[in-house]
Amino acid sequence: MTTIFLTNLFYLSGLVCFVLGLRLMSNTGSVRKGNFLAGAGMCLAILAAVMEPVSGAYNNYAWIAGGLSIGAFAGYFLSTKRAYTLTTSVVAIFNGLGGACAALLGLAEILLVYNGESAASRSMLIAILCTIIIGGVVFTGSLLAYAKMEGLIKDSSVNLRRHGFVNVLLLTITLFCGIFVYLQGDQGSSLWAIVFMLIAMVYGVYLVAPIATADMLLVTALLHGFSGLSAAIVGLIYGSQFMLVGGVLVAAAGVTLTLAMCRTMNRSLIGVLTEGISSPPQASFPNAVSDTEEAKEIDQSDTA
Amino acid sequence: MMDAFMQFFNDNLLIFYLLAFAILLGFEVVSKAPAGLQTPLLSGSNAISGVVLIGAILLLRQTRSDDYLTLALGFLALALGMANAVGGFVTTDRMLDLFRQKKANQ
Repeated sequence: MTTIFLTNLFYLSGLVCFVLGLRLMSNTGSVRKGNFLAGAGMCLAILAAVMEPVSGAYNNYAWIAGGLSIGAFAGYFLSTKRAYTLTTSVVAIFNGLGGACAALLGLAEILLVYNGESAASRSMLIAILCTIIIGGVVFTGSLLAYAKMEGLIKDSSVNLRRHGFVNVLLLTITLFCGIFVYLQGDQGSSLWAIVFMLIAMVYGVYLVAPIATADMLLVTALLHGFSGLSAAIVGLIYGSQFMLVGGVLVAAAGVTLTLAMCRTMNRSLIGVLTEGISSPPQASFPNAVSDTEEAKEIDQSDTA
Repeated sequence: MMDAFMQFFNDNLLIFYLLAFAILLGFEVVSKAPAGLQTPLLSGSNAISGVVLIGAILLLRQTRSDDYLTLALGFLALALGMANAVGGFVTTDRMLDLFRQKKANQ
């Protein structure tokens, strides 16, 4: 009784910390405070998830401790080994990792359903498949965005002829594969679930490939909104209001940020997604900030 | 189909209220950010999207201790989610360091 009350209290305070943290982060003077508060909210939530009473739990605390510490170390290492000026592109990597986390959770859940370990209703199956497709697209899309921002991959080397057509074709294949897996119900083969995840990941690459390198920060912001959405759907799968509300909050914030960034750069979101590499933004918008470096420069000097 | 949806809506009314207000809140909280703060805000909000790691913890806790495939998947998911959260917060902090340095130089 007390434990349940405490976990619920922790989840609730964690969410309040997130909202207040985001609020503080959008004021020039209190960004650091807001970041710290959001981190505290995350710690509260992890504590709650570890001590939450789960019926028939096996706990596996050793696995949990290992995952938490390896993840924390990897995150810290990845973000601190970079030069200070290159921090923007690292955001894309972390966003991709979050997407991969959601996709793997979806895969684990659907394999459990196939093994008969957990029963899944039809709506649950849809939620699991949505997690896999969104997570997969966010994962590979963000990694490609990172590679482009770092100059590891040139625009011209990943842009195909008739790219729009290829993208629509790939999306159709992905959706049909998802419907196929859905129709198999709980008797499906795990091979098809894995194929579905892989196709979603390929689609993520081709979705980001035709967008110009200068717009990669916008793409990261948009994909970050999607990863919030996948977190919300994972919340539905596990029946966790905390993850549901937190994910939706992040998704709404991500979309709002994307639109605000588009306004700052004097571009339209549709334009960013459809114009592609061929038409340089300078031609249509004389004031547009077309170079990523320039955009970063402005971002940073405004704040100072 | 329509009936099923209306039934679902009526049964889960509280969740729908929650979703509506979460969306509005996410929009409101971020929309007033000045242009220069958009990148750190993106990074911080990205760290918050690491909440998905809670799902990995719940999965690991419910998995049988000899089901190594699920344990491995959950472990990997947890490590990736935690890297997202920790890395996001640290990156935001470092961006702010950079701003402060620039300010000091000016």
